[in-house]
Amino acid sequence: MEHEKPFAITLDVGSSRANKTGAWRSERPVYVDLLPPCNQACPAGQDIQKWLYHAESGDYETAWRGIMADNPLPAVLGRICYRPCESACNRGQLDEAVGINSIERFLGDEGIEQGWTIPVAEPSGKRVLVVGAGPAGLSAAHHLARLGHAVVVRDAEAAPGGMMRYGIPRYRLPREVLDAEIRRIADMGVVFEQNSRVTDVVAAKAGFDAVFLAVGAQVGKRAYIPAGDTAHVLDAISLLHDVETGEQPLLGRRVAVYGGGNTAMDAARTAKRLGATDPVVVYRRTRAQMPAHESEVTEAVEEGVSMRWLSTISEIDGEGITVQKMRLDESGFPQPTGEFERLAADTVVLALGQDTDLSLVDELPDVERADGVVRVGPGMTTGHPGIFAGGDMVPSGRTATVAVGHGAKAAREIDAWLRGQAVSEPPTRREATFDNLNTWYYSDADRTVRPHLDLSRRVSTFDEIKGGLDASTALFEARRCLSCGNCFECDNCYGVCPDNAVLKLEPGERYAIDLDYCKGCGICVAECPCGAIEMVPEET
Amino acid sequence: MAVTPIKFYQTGSFAVGGRLLGDDQRSVQSGRQRINSIDCGHRACQGCGEALGARYALDAAMRATGNRMVAVNATGCLEVFSTPYPETSWRIPWLHSLFGNAPAVATGVAAALKAKGRTDVRVVGQGGDGGTVDIGFACLSGMFERNDDVLYICYDNEAYMNTGVQRSGATPPAARTATTPAVGAEPGAVFGQGKNVPMIALAHEIPYVATATVADLRDLEAKVTRAMEFRGARYLHVLVPCPLGWGSASHDTIRIARLAKESGIFPVFEAEHGEIVATSKIRHRVPVEDYLRRQTRYAHLFGDPPRTDVIEKIQALADRNIRRFALLEEA
Repeated sequence: MEHEKPFAITLDVGSSRANKTGAWRSERPVYVDLLPPCNQACPAGQDIQKWLYHAESGDYETAWRGIMADNPLPAVLGRICYRPCESACNRGQLDEAVGINSIERFLGDEGIEQGWTIPVAEPSGKRVLVVGAGPAGLSAAHHLARLGHAVVVRDAEAAPGGMMRYGIPRYRLPREVLDAEIRRIADMGVVFEQNSRVTDVVAAKAGFDAVFLAVGAQVGKRAYIPAGDTAHVLDAISLLHDVETGEQPLLGRRVAVYGGGNTAMDAARTAKRLGATDPVVVYRRTRAQMPAHESEVTEAVEEGVSMRWLSTISEIDGEGITVQKMRLDESGFPQPTGEFERLAADTVVLALGQDTDLSLVDELPDVERADGVVRVGPGMTTGHPGIFAGGDMVPSGRTATVAVGHGAKAAREIDAWLRGQAVSEPPTRREATFDNLNTWYYSDADRTVRPHLDLSRRVSTFDEIKGGLDASTALFEARRCLSCGNCFECDNCYGVCPDNAVLKLEPGERYAIDLDYCKGCGICVAECPCGAIEMVPEET
Repeated sequence: MAVTPIKFYQTGSFAVGGRLLGDDQRSVQSGRQRINSIDCGHRACQGCGEALGARYALDAAMRATGNRMVAVNATGCLEVFSTPYPETSWRIPWLHSLFGNAPAVATGVAAALKAKGRTDVRVVGQGGDGGTVDIGFACLSGMFERNDDVLYICYDNEAYMNTGVQRSGATPPAARTATTPAVGAEPGAVFGQGKNVPMIALAHEIPYVATATVADLRDLEAKVTRAMEFRGARYLHVLVPCPLGWGSASHDTIRIARLAKESGIFPVFEAEHGEIVATSKIRHRVPVEDYLRRQTRYAHLFGDPPRTDVIEKIQALADRNIRRFALLEEA
């Protein structure tokens, strides 16, 4: 009835929703999941941001399971990992990197305390032999057991753990922690056969469908140094091994350690704890060039280990050592100066690196060897079908974290091989870089500091040096994560859209763009704290 | 060393919301049930700061009044882009009369409600800087002077944007507009002219005066909420960047408002009964140049040679604000 309309009104009043302003758009916002730098840097391949997301809500069990998907030793690596994730962390450019390693340790300890277990799949009927119970072997055993395979681990030592037990001192890794995480793997059905060195892979392989070799690098390198009959020389690997097995090595009060790696630091710090009054590390280059991790060097110095950089040992006798001073040439290589000096020393510990005993693959000509290690493909495959290898015996960075990554990678490959399938590689993701973040939204928050053991107790006992976080500090630290490149539902896009065109979905479902009304202004992209939205051109 | 309280969740309280926030910590805008006072399909430009500022302020006012509220609107962008006949974007009771009389109309609505005994229904007047600072200023001053029970919100985009970017009494010095072109020895708007309405409102000693920007949602919502706790005349001045008039990228609207605050050129404060009671401190101080460079209305300052003398004069204004309103944290 037209007559009922007010004066001068000819059209029915309606909502502006009839006006589809999305037609104005030339670009549209798209939610993305990028690769956070922590994940990118982790040798064990952990999706760190993903498990921190759960830790942020205090859901520690889900967070722990997130770690376990890649790393079965969180309490161990939470203590001994050199934290490439933290070096890569974008927050490091803002204030300080997130204490990822502390949170990992907290979650690992929580897993032990709560007795969380990992379910295993239906038995596959396949049997896999793992040679070596170090980090690579344990990692592979865990993942293979999880996937339903029967796993036997053979190891030469009396107890499993490899270099984590026989090379890393207790003050960095308490044995009850190592034992607890290994026990969890045994509880999954993995059979450990200790004191059973594998000397011939061909013979050992009988009865197994696949073999993973991870024998590590156990042989201390020697260097030719003229030494008199009375000189007391031993290698760092043997020293650390003896301490672990309860044999007290006779070191004397003046100990010189020759080398500049983490093992040299471990040896010097162990010597200090065994009563050496003034252990000295002799290294031929400078501190900046030392392969030892910065924190190891710092802690060693704190504990009273002295350093002699740019020095080589040229002679050892019953009274001490003769040291030659070095200088760096233009290419940074140390050159002898001809200047000599005497240092008193009761014992010289050689920490010059380690070699692998590869005699166990002597009967396998198709396993390629080069530079003292076994060559492997990207899936840790050797030239021999069904035989895989990882850890320190293959070319790689020699850390426990790298080894754990090798174990996981090998397990995926072995599983696929046993099932006659190919490994399905996850799609590659673009890296979430710092310049994609809008850091204005993040509160300034300093990193939570882990407590350290009193110095006087550090130098006199093998008690663990670093304390852990508690539930509240772990939560705080987890929430420092910037969630680089991955939406964490902060509602910013939903709030800042001038056209109400961002739709908020159910919790956990994130958001959607209402393309009927999105004009493509890009404010949501510019204001997303974590860079999880990007603009893409509209197809014309 | 001063202890900085850390407000978590994760991004602090600076993000709109967060999945871990309790209901008491939520912003109005983070709620799925927010009113959306101004609905989709409005014809504001891409990245319009005013559309955003109006939704922020009115949604917060709606929550503060339990959805019992009437909004009165001056002529200007906000009115034009939201109500082209026969569409409306308003999902709240909304009145429009003329360019210059929004404060008077709001006063009238408040008086009518009072006469009917409906003191539960509250009134919000709103307009751009043209309708507020210049054309409606007499009505606004009268509203203040009589202490009428109205919250008046000015969405300041620093010129007459609706009619083609002409200078207003809120246009800052050196800015180029259609009527203050970038020519001559002193290009752009003249130094020393214009009106500072928040300070004029303060001088009326009304119950509540505050400034805010679209870059700090929680601050804006808190101020609207606080304003509704008072009876009598209240004034809120919100900086809303205009991509079209300022010549800024549409995605930079919030960033530019943030730079205005962080440089000190737009002081954010709160006053009750003629006294300043709080200022929003600068978190990461930036030079005004960072703010100016993102806008083509200042492009003539960055030509060859650059007008460093003019930039310095603008920096001096920001520095004066920082001193005058104590915008930096005490060391």
